[in-house]
Amino acid sequence: MRHLLSTRDLSRLDAIRILDVAEEMAAVGEREIKKLPTLRGRTVVNLFFEDSTRTRISFEAAAKRLSADVITFAVKGSSVSKGESLKDTAQTLEAMSADAVVIRHWASGAPARLATSDWIDAAVINAGDGMHEHPTQALLDAFTLRRHWAKINGIPSHGSDLSGMAVTIVGDVLHSRVARSNLWLLVTLGATVTLVAPPTLVPVGAEHWPCRITYDLDEALAAGPDAVMMLRLQAERMNAAFFPSTREYSRRWGFDDARLAALDTHGLNDTVIMHPGPMNRGLEISAAAADSSRSTVLAQVRNGVSVRMAALYLLLAGEDQTGPAPALPTPTQENHR
Amino acid sequence: MNAPARYLIRGAALLGQERADLLIADGVIAGVGPGLTAAGATVIDADGLVALPGLVDLHTHLREPGREDAETVETGTRAAARGGFTAVHAMANSTPVADTAGVVEQVYSLGRRAGWVEVRPVGAVTVGLGGTQLAELGAMADSRAGVRVFSDDGVCVSDPVLMRRALEYVKAFDGVIAQHAQEPRLTEGAQMNEGAVSAVLGLTGWPAVAEESIIARDVLLAHHVQSRLHVCHVSTAGSVEIIRWAKARGIRVTAEVTPHHLLLTDDLVRTYNPVYKVNPPLRTGEDVQALREALADGTIDIVGTDHAPHPSEHKDCEWAQAAMGMTGLETALSVVQHTMINTGLMDWKGFARVTSHTPATIGGLDRQGRPLAEGEAANVTLVDPEARWVVDPDKMATMGRNSPFAGTELPGAVHATFFRGHPTVLDGRLNTPHPTAAEESTWTG
Repeated sequence: MRHLLSTRDLSRLDAIRILDVAEEMAAVGEREIKKLPTLRGRTVVNLFFEDSTRTRISFEAAAKRLSADVITFAVKGSSVSKGESLKDTAQTLEAMSADAVVIRHWASGAPARLATSDWIDAAVINAGDGMHEHPTQALLDAFTLRRHWAKINGIPSHGSDLSGMAVTIVGDVLHSRVARSNLWLLVTLGATVTLVAPPTLVPVGAEHWPCRITYDLDEALAAGPDAVMMLRLQAERMNAAFFPSTREYSRRWGFDDARLAALDTHGLNDTVIMHPGPMNRGLEISAAAADSSRSTVLAQVRNGVSVRMAALYLLLAGEDQTGPAPALPTPTQENHR
Repeated sequence: MNAPARYLIRGAALLGQERADLLIADGVIAGVGPGLTAAGATVIDADGLVALPGLVDLHTHLREPGREDAETVETGTRAAARGGFTAVHAMANSTPVADTAGVVEQVYSLGRRAGWVEVRPVGAVTVGLGGTQLAELGAMADSRAGVRVFSDDGVCVSDPVLMRRALEYVKAFDGVIAQHAQEPRLTEGAQMNEGAVSAVLGLTGWPAVAEESIIARDVLLAHHVQSRLHVCHVSTAGSVEIIRWAKARGIRVTAEVTPHHLLLTDDLVRTYNPVYKVNPPLRTGEDVQALREALADGTIDIVGTDHAPHPSEHKDCEWAQAAMGMTGLETALSVVQHTMINTGLMDWKGFARVTSHTPATIGGLDRQGRPLAEGEAANVTLVDPEARWVVDPDKMATMGRNSPFAGTELPGAVHATFFRGHPTVLDGRLNTPHPTAAEESTWTG
């Protein structure tokens, strides 16, 4: 693996390898000294063309726990007001000898442009690009789901996949990079996926996707999913005629208290509720659902650091590109590499 | 210059059919037939070459005035000559917009001075391409530039009343409105064809219906006011069906397809390389097939290049930031040969119809697109159909490096282009512009 741009082109083996390394990274996070010397002297640049406090600090924590030097580069400008060009920014980072660039961009495909151009040699990690993909979010979701699934089945999560698991993703699929990345990855790992959305928020062309699509959330819940993933409704969609009002959206596609109770009625005792955050409480998810014991929201945040450590580790230190993950040094050992 | 040059083209296959000699003298075809002799004439061995009427492009962006960093009339018409063209129509979306007699005369004069091909300015339909007020179409028609084709290309004349009035008004001077069919509300922020690929890539879709609904409206308007309509760069199978229906009803509509829409599909967007970003966008394989068949059966009348050069910084960026458009003048002939002739859909006679005769008729050019016959203006292109070449944008005459065919091997090469009897291209290389094009006052057709 040279870059991490999408989950669509991630093989099952690569995905499991990342998740397995993330398990080892999670173990590091439980130690008293939560730091590895692995990426000492390496430079990781967080290049953010779009605000995102959560993803940025998660990557920052991940890189720092691996002892990398972290530079955060927030570029002003948007699709409306053009700022510095991606090419000039990339060449600047190249001149500063960046080893990895974690890029968040409002434009779909910007990380792919960075990786395939000759502007920069660094490894590129997609931290969310437009409506395209958000692979580390999907990996942390898969990590969370895998732990849950392994626990239910009484097997170790290391090395396992999501075979037999049913995951339902609900909300604005059209504009969601989280939905896309999760769909590809979860299916690659053996899960079956159902998408639930208003018809206006299902992309034209999604009929070719490897999933079931329905407009009826209650029907989807009655089908007995093992996990329900709620997508955030972006403010800019609320007044663009995708649906009549936020109240109507919430009634039909929000995970409200009645639907929380319905999980019990359906006997779905092990079904978890996920959300990538930040949540619009009372809109796509009720406060009771968000705070219930079924909610994995905080576990997702915690697992995000482990998964991003794994991604950085495999891209920057995983020299053997095809074999098993290199052994991780303990904090007390000198890096054997 | 020496005495007026005479050229004897030996043994060319006229329109790919019977072989004959062509004698070119004094700007006209002075003789056609077997075994011609002409003392002092420069002899061109055309064994294996196809002789065609010089190509006529109804849809070229020359960028001057205003964006001389992208292209100038000089460089764009050099590219045209190299591509086998003897006439181009310069689209109106320059800066300032070609919406007055002054600007179209400027472009016309620049073309005359350059001398590589006949440059016919297209006039804007509305002031500043703004879509709200008709430009002075009559003044442009009466100007020295003699404008007959009017278009807001780049922007759709979306207001149905304004479109109706424009269609009606140009009847006064036998003009034609060339519509860029794109419903603006349905294409806000559109980045690529809406379909299976856009769904995966997360790029805002440009739905086929945004083109088809405007074409449907416009053919009905043209029928209602008994006017002539030309549809630019048709890109979808659905548009083809509507135009086929309109023609069957006797509606006076002509349609154009670009070389790139005859070959490329939206699968290429998966690279996120903005060289594939164009408006209308690359469509699906089924659309490509429908467009080829429509060009072969006459539903689509002509090939128009939509040659759209851009400076590198407009393509060397994120997909969403990139400009739309591709160069096309120097690859058009090869791409059309590859997609239409080498597939058996069309012969060279058909090629001459869609690249020369019919575009000249639509544009009202009376000395272009003519038969290869004695007494006709000597606008002639010699093509080597057996040649193969690899597209290298760095070696092109256009300033634009944004060719989607870069690195592709294509068939067919322009061996020579005669513009009014003068070889602008000889032995496959640019020669010299027409020596007296700027001075003659009688050329405007």
